[in-house]
Amino acid sequence: MTRAPAGYVIQAEQLSRRFGDTLAVQELDLEVEKGRIYGFLGPNGCGKTTTIRMLTGLLKPSAGRVQVLEFNLPDDAEKLRLHIGYMTQKFSLYDDLTVLENLRFIARIYGLTAKTQKQRIDELLSIYGLQPKAKQLAGSMSGGQRQRLSLAAATLHKPELLFLDEPTSAVDPENRREFWEQLFDLSDQGTSILVSTHYMDEAERCHKLAILENGIKRADGSPDQLMLEMGSKVVEISSADLRQLKQTLIRLPEVISAAQLGARLRVLVKDSVADPIAFLTRQPSVKPDDQLSLVRPSLEDVFVTCTGSGRDAP
Amino acid sequence: MNPLIRVRAIAGKEFLQLKRDRMTFGMIVMIPLIQLLLFGFAINTNVRHLPVGVVDYSNSGLSRVLIQTISATQVVTFTRHFTSMPEAEEAIASAQVRAVLIIPADVSQRLVRSPSVGLGSPSATDAETSRPVAQWLVDGSDTIVAGAIKGLRSMPLVELLDRPSNRTTPTFEVTMLYNPEQRTVVNIVPGLAAIILTMTMIMFTSAAIVRERERGNMEMLITTPVRPIELMIGKIVPYIFIGAIQVVIILGLGHQLFNVPINGNLLQLAGATLLFITASLTLGLIISTIAKSQLQSMQMTIFVLLPSILLSGFMFPYEGMPLAAQYIAEALPATHFMRLIRGVVLKDVDVLNLAADMYWLALFTLGGLAVASIRFKKRLD
Ligand SMILES: Nc1ncnc2c1ncn2[C@@H]1O[C@H](COP(=O)(O)OP(=O)(O)OP(=O)(O)O)[C@@H](O)[C@H]1O
Ligand SMILES: [Mg+2]
Repeated sequence: MTRAPAGYVIQAEQLSRRFGDTLAVQELDLEVEKGRIYGFLGPNGCGKTTTIRMLTGLLKPSAGRVQVLEFNLPDDAEKLRLHIGYMTQKFSLYDDLTVLENLRFIARIYGLTAKTQKQRIDELLSIYGLQPKAKQLAGSMSGGQRQRLSLAAATLHKPELLFLDEPTSAVDPENRREFWEQLFDLSDQGTSILVSTHYMDEAERCHKLAILENGIKRADGSPDQLMLEMGSKVVEISSADLRQLKQTLIRLPEVISAAQLGARLRVLVKDSVADPIAFLTRQPSVKPDDQLSLVRPSLEDVFVTCTGSGRDAP
Repeated sequence: MNPLIRVRAIAGKEFLQLKRDRMTFGMIVMIPLIQLLLFGFAINTNVRHLPVGVVDYSNSGLSRVLIQTISATQVVTFTRHFTSMPEAEEAIASAQVRAVLIIPADVSQRLVRSPSVGLGSPSATDAETSRPVAQWLVDGSDTIVAGAIKGLRSMPLVELLDRPSNRTTPTFEVTMLYNPEQRTVVNIVPGLAAIILTMTMIMFTSAAIVRERERGNMEMLITTPVRPIELMIGKIVPYIFIGAIQVVIILGLGHQLFNVPINGNLLQLAGATLLFITASLTLGLIISTIAKSQLQSMQMTIFVLLPSILLSGFMFPYEGMPLAAQYIAEALPATHFMRLIRGVVLKDVDVLNLAADMYWLALFTLGGLAVASIRFKKRLD
């Protein structure tokens, strides 16, 4: 067993996974630093869940090397289990057990002694606001409550590394913000977190993230870094006939995408164009009294640039 | 890390889930109850009151007395009178009657010469004297029905002629041990315990692993440090109690309602039953690790259940089966338990005399647990 260089909790090299003819994950290189929140951003079916399953030792990689904490996978998967927590995409606790019974079950399975068990469960119930729901069947709870229960269960044994697979997919924006506060609390206490999402605002909260598409990592880095180095500039145009303008601009090879945002058109222009404002003003479809301005890129722009999606979007 | 804590965690969780599943919980009591009543009251191989018809060509006082004498045996009840043979055969074909008695016109001459009335001792070589009194036409497709009518073949007819009965000495004397009145239910009830346990025990655990998968709990479960063997043992523990409850219901009610004697040592009975319960539960677990869905696990349960009912000696004597079937039967836990429970309950056999059956059940349990644990992979692929 080789020890991971200090500071990394996950290191994967050329990680691939194939299901029959589909390559769900292709030659993924990944490095996740200790104590950080690392995000997987990508659309449905891009391989987020498959990657997380390989990193938790639930799926065998078709190729590549993985080391999580100091364990080589898949050989040491069993030893890894005590040190990680995993919140699955689908609710995977027991619908026909109450909140308390579910937590007690998990506590016993992880071998907590009777005394620490009670303490820890009480603590979690109050952190995640589940105290009044303790006697309710998990299956009868709302999406947000269930997701808080899942997080409580995944963190019950105080894992060093936490995997969260689209934890907020059934949660309203208010609860999502609260949920992220709790993730930052965990991160502050030293827990490393890997979280997958398809929400841009969530991805932006991560310390670092990887953008996945069709099982391929298109880019990774901190959100700021990604926005800075994304390889395109963002111009917003105010014009009378945005739909017409969009149709013509999107055909230009220099334009990555054009998306209507209210009364403005948000145009992504490749970095190869030195002065995007001048370039766009030269276009015949842009009227003289249209207003053009260079704006700060968002993560969505990064995503669109990286994945090329949006180019052909209507 | 204590394996016992984890086994208890799994067992406790299974028990809670079982408690909340009202339907299943009800079935635990209803299955043995209903089956016991059905088998106890309905199933009877001592046939009584078969509906039969008669074609009476003699139409004499004697033929009517003959019919009454046969009715008095209660084996058959005459429900129809036919005037012709074709009519009678049609009634048999359409199952209105199971057999037809054909009384020939010369029944009185035949009767006088028949040895069954013992008027003289005519030699049976004479074609004239060896003619039977009348003829039965039987629906032979059901062998039990046919057997019952065959039993009438040599019924004595002395009462017909108002003569004192001629004491005949049988070739063999037969003494019935254990079930002197030959009541089917005495043999059925202990056997039924074996069959019901086979059915419910295999059914419960055969869904155990698949259910976790179908309900989406598997991904969480295999991420925990629980070991396969701990999972397997935890899954069978609650059902051991349920099996015990079912046996108590069957044997207890069998004793109360049907007077089935419980002659053996109760402790030995409990030991044998416990071994059989665990063996059946592990068989279910193995199925559960093979099946991909609860439907598949159900199908496999039936696949095991049918030979257990048919080959274990529950319905037909083990010794009457061809060798190949006996080999299959030997592999099934139900066959061994059938011997054990009938032996202990009806004959008060010491289980030590049936040690081979006990060993087989114990080995089956241990081997089954090992196989299920090895087959269960803590992976999704
Ligand atoms: N067990 C499996 N058998 C066959 N194909 C699979 C299997 N699991 C995943 N795939 C395929 O692998 C690809 C990636 O799936 P994955 O579930 O990892 O995507 P995801 O990013 O988690 O998507 P989502 O956002 O919808 O959860 C998909 O094309 C999917 O169809
Ligand atoms: Mg997914």
